[in-house]
Amino acid sequence: MFWNTLTLANQLQNLRREMDQLMAAFGPAATRWPFQIGAYPALNVWDVGDALMVEAEVPGVPKENLEISAIGDELTIKGRRPPLEGRNLPYHRQERGTGEFTRVITLPADVDADKVEAVVRDGVLSIRLPKAEHAKPRKIAVKLA
Amino acid sequence: MATETTIEKRETQTTQPERVRAGRTYIPSVDIIEQPDKLLLLADVPGARRDDLDISYEGGLLTIHAKVTPRQEPRSATCLLREYGVGDFYRSFEVGEGIDANKIEAELHDGVLTLHLPKAQALLPRKIAVKAS
Repeated sequence: MFWNTLTLANQLQNLRREMDQLMAAFGPAATRWPFQIGAYPALNVWDVGDALMVEAEVPGVPKENLEISAIGDELTIKGRRPPLEGRNLPYHRQERGTGEFTRVITLPADVDADKVEAVVRDGVLSIRLPKAEHAKPRKIAVKLA
Repeated sequence: MATETTIEKRETQTTQPERVRAGRTYIPSVDIIEQPDKLLLLADVPGARRDDLDISYEGGLLTIHAKVTPRQEPRSATCLLREYGVGDFYRSFEVGEGIDANKIEAELHDGVLTLHLPKAQALLPRKIAVKAS
């Protein structure tokens, strides 16, 4: 059974590599975010003890186009980057994608949805999610028997 | 699956000077649009502020350098997921000498740099009227 799981993991890696090669045929831009089969935006998540912090780079997405929601241990980031005005613009190069994106991630702890704060500045979205009371770390005093 | 072996001749990019200080440099994604009277260039530089931008046009080479102050999390934080890094953005383009350097305009909005590069007057297409003889 162990052998089976190993080959499955290898197969997934091979599939991923083949997809990367396939996408690379479309040119260098196709292997970059957000064209990769994956998720946009890229996220950095860290734990500061009593809260979780999530940061994402969302250039070109105005505040009004962002929708952040949290429930339990799930965070949803939705947004829309509007394309440039005008149709049939003569592009020499187009590496920046436009359109809607949604990303849902499961956090390692339940968060207090009412206290979640999100700030966007210079195209960087920072979300602070205070952990729910029952999920906060608690110090346990060690007593001598 | 059969793998193809192709012999590629790799194009050299314009040589970039290497940084002295530590820190990563990223290549920003860019859109280039050519309009009859100007070139429009949009670059994704999230986290860069107006004062941290260094844009130069010299000898037909347009260089964009955005210094990004590192947004480090406090030392006591535990990193759970790191899908991207934070660093400067650098990219240069050979746009040729046909740009009017005095009229270049730059805007920074929501982490997107928009450069308006008007073409030099002499290079604008001129309609030639055909006179009836």
